[in-house]
Amino acid sequence: MTKELIAQHNLTDDEYQKIVGILGREPNITELGMFSVMWSEHCSYKSSRVHLRKLPTTGPRVVQGPGENAGAVDIGDGLCAVFKMESHNHPSFIEPYQGAATGVGGILRDIFTMGARPIALLDALRFGGLDNAKNRHLVKGVVAGIAGYGNCMGVPTVGGEIVFNDIYSQNPLVNVLCLGIAHKDKIFLGTAAGIGNPVIYFGSKTGRDGIHGATMASDSFDDQSEQKRPTVQVGDPFTEKLLLEACLELMAGDLLVGIQDMGAAGLTSSSCEMASRAGNGMDLDLTDVPRREPGMTAYELMLSESQERMLMVAQAGKEEECIRICKKWDLDVAVVGRVTGDGILRVRDQGKVVAEIPAKSLADDGPRYERPYSPPGYQDMLTNLNYDALPDVKDANAALLSLLESPTIASKRWVYEQYDHMVRTNTMVRPGSDAAVVRIKGTNKALAMTVDCNSRYCLLHPYEGARIAVAEAARNLVCSGAEPIGLTDCLNFGNPERPEIMWQFVLAIEGLRDACEHFKVPIVSGNVSFYNETNGLSIYPTPMLGMVGLIESVDQTMTQWFKQDGDAIILLGKTREDLGGSEYLKVLHHREQGSPPLLSLEAEKSLHDFLLKAIRDGLVQSAHDCSDGGLAVALVESCISGPAARRGAVVGLGLDTLRRDALLFGESQSRVVLSVKPELVEQVLKRAGEADVPAMKIGTVGGDRVVIDVEKGQWSEGCRIDLPVDQLFEQWAFSIERTLNQA
Amino acid sequence: MKIGVVVFPGSNCDHDCQHIFKDVLGQSVEMIWHKETSLAGLDAIVLPGGFSYGDYLRTGAIAKFSPVMGLVKEFAKGGGMVLGICNGFQILLEAGMLPGAMLRNKSLHFICKDLSVKVENAATSFTSACQPGQVLKIPIAHADGNYYTDPVTLAAMQANAQIVLRYCTPEGKVTPEANPNGSLDNIAGIINAAGNVLGMMPHPERCAETVLGNDDGKLIFLSMLESLKQGKKPLQMAPA
Repeated sequence: MTKELIAQHNLTDDEYQKIVGILGREPNITELGMFSVMWSEHCSYKSSRVHLRKLPTTGPRVVQGPGENAGAVDIGDGLCAVFKMESHNHPSFIEPYQGAATGVGGILRDIFTMGARPIALLDALRFGGLDNAKNRHLVKGVVAGIAGYGNCMGVPTVGGEIVFNDIYSQNPLVNVLCLGIAHKDKIFLGTAAGIGNPVIYFGSKTGRDGIHGATMASDSFDDQSEQKRPTVQVGDPFTEKLLLEACLELMAGDLLVGIQDMGAAGLTSSSCEMASRAGNGMDLDLTDVPRREPGMTAYELMLSESQERMLMVAQAGKEEECIRICKKWDLDVAVVGRVTGDGILRVRDQGKVVAEIPAKSLADDGPRYERPYSPPGYQDMLTNLNYDALPDVKDANAALLSLLESPTIASKRWVYEQYDHMVRTNTMVRPGSDAAVVRIKGTNKALAMTVDCNSRYCLLHPYEGARIAVAEAARNLVCSGAEPIGLTDCLNFGNPERPEIMWQFVLAIEGLRDACEHFKVPIVSGNVSFYNETNGLSIYPTPMLGMVGLIESVDQTMTQWFKQDGDAIILLGKTREDLGGSEYLKVLHHREQGSPPLLSLEAEKSLHDFLLKAIRDGLVQSAHDCSDGGLAVALVESCISGPAARRGAVVGLGLDTLRRDALLFGESQSRVVLSVKPELVEQVLKRAGEADVPAMKIGTVGGDRVVIDVEKGQWSEGCRIDLPVDQLFEQWAFSIERTLNQA
Repeated sequence: MKIGVVVFPGSNCDHDCQHIFKDVLGQSVEMIWHKETSLAGLDAIVLPGGFSYGDYLRTGAIAKFSPVMGLVKEFAKGGGMVLGICNGFQILLEAGMLPGAMLRNKSLHFICKDLSVKVENAATSFTSACQPGQVLKIPIAHADGNYYTDPVTLAAMQANAQIVLRYCTPEGKVTPEANPNGSLDNIAGIINAAGNVLGMMPHPERCAETVLGNDDGKLIFLSMLESLKQGKKPLQMAPA
């Protein structure tokens, strides 16, 4: 093996020596390829594993924690919610349509592999600013790719979030969450149990696409990244739809022992992981693997990441029935091996042994690194911000309009109208509220789902930023009437070989841990995406979270928009001078600096407990979390985001010791804008007082203008926002479309 | 009543249609695999939405060759009720069971949202539960709903009141602004001359339960069941 060949496979000298030690000889080229993908960062979690162990993954509802294709939590009625989020960042940058499409395809397979029928998709996306043509191309391509795959599959894309920031120009993020419903006692795992059982390949044929996709996803980009296009796979949602129906039909019979999709590292990962989980080995014969073109080598067959393929271990004697079902759905299918007891993954091609590796060494014995970490030298410069040098807002109307037009805050209508968000007829709350809500047919329950992460907070303070991400996700669910029950994460970071990136990662993990433990929400699945870096510039640390909440009775579902003129508006939570890291500072002052808002986990939890009970008791008309753009934006969104009539509001606020901009646009945590019927105001305020949740009536719903009067405080003059609802709506609803069409 | 819901490879609104007829309206439903060789015992057929064969060639263009389509044509010839929703409508066009063709949406994008649709003919077996001119709020979800036909056919359909549903404003005005996809004459749904085959792009099955916030679409299904119950011959709408 030449040094060049080893380096081309992204393996270090030490890693290569470890391989030689395991095999007791030099690997052949096929074996080298198999090790290189399985030991890639993407597949082996070699930089993250020691830290991921710190995360809380257990709880009374957890049916399946991390380590399988997806996690599962009990939702009662004999059912569980199976979900996971995954990144497809690198491929989406190189080829946005196919990269995003196959990201959707991959996560869908993870869910139905577990025996769950997928019922919802959510996407968390990050792009650079829309003033750049390349970014507009990426946005259009990624959105079309998600739509193209999800719509065809008939799985609704019910929610998501998008943030625009130039730091993502060279490294957009595409994180996709899928949730499915399975019977608790019919969950399928990726295990190759039972010596002698047949190993069956089914789905699409194997082609030469996607070879070394996992390795590509474990490396940084430079100006030559365009050359990596062939490592991006091409999606075929129609075949995936057939694969889904075939899998669920196979699982309905008593046929399978284990099943796993061929995702990253294709046939190699599915075979060695299934064998390793069962403590077994596997004999594979490539001769019968369905292939798209002649002349493919064992190396190519083992490393191909062609999409829409599955590997199952069937009960001995049930091969024929499995093959019949696959053929009914027009899928390629072949028995390609047997489970063995010797722990070796042995691969034959045309009668010749082409690879012979202990399955466990590929799947579990990859390198582990405790990479050094330390804060970057620029961290203090980021957090130290002299607010006295920033003039307070003078024209609050203009500032509000600028924020509503900022694509991060503006309506994502242009995006989600391209996604089928209603198919399967479960969507109770569509995209555009704090969380999406889908009912669970056959029960009186519903699930709320949200994806959240403020990566600017995470840049300024990774620990606080991660805690806030958990708090905000939970708050979004509670505002929808749901109790948070489980979490999946997608940890997007730069190059872990840099100590400052590792520092961000370690602190973020600790923040996640502390917040999840406090809210008692376990992390049941997840994914790490490192090397989101181009020419040495890293993305902001982006520990994206997907949280799932349970609504026990569909009639307790809550939305964020005002329902009735005359209703009272109540603000829950305390407003502080929290301008650091705010969207306001970025849009109006072009600063991404300061300390993120203060978060008290105790105050946050009290808010959740109080609000959830108030919603369940029918005291609340609407509830909306205050996040990007602060209180003023939250109020406007409650006025204009509803599917029916837009409503005005008249609000009065006192400054006390705050700056005007901090009061209107600051992003203090643990705050919610409620509307309640006038006759219930006293009761709600009293209950809030008893629960130790700050609460104040600040205004009334009604009229065709949004009026926010700010009374003068100790140190500052007051100000007034007074704008027609229709103008606010126009500004907010069509901003992204306007920008994209201008170009 | 026994309703048959045809399942093509790639159909994805088949379960939704099954759910409406079975769980919401209490009828019996049979899922008809596209290779089925008999439709005996069925009172009506639904071709559901989705992406039959991935819509890779042209929407509905491959599904029309599915073995079941021969049976569906016979079923319709014998006067049986056939409802095609979205991809089902596209298949009916490709199979020649309804006139015209679908083009790509004018915006070239997939569009999923609630729209207003006006019931232009409330005398059909699919709309008899609606008031004439009633405005229904029904979502669309398609990339190819830009209906086209030649002027002669259009004139004939207009004369025969075969244009059953048209996109309109919430107030019921049929305007170019209310047209989401460039569809000729704001057409959202048409019926054959014999009055027993309806194709519509909007999805009534997605808005037929109050828990989802809207049950306007239920009127389409109630109309069908009422017509079947009365054993009414499909309304003859054009000279035979």
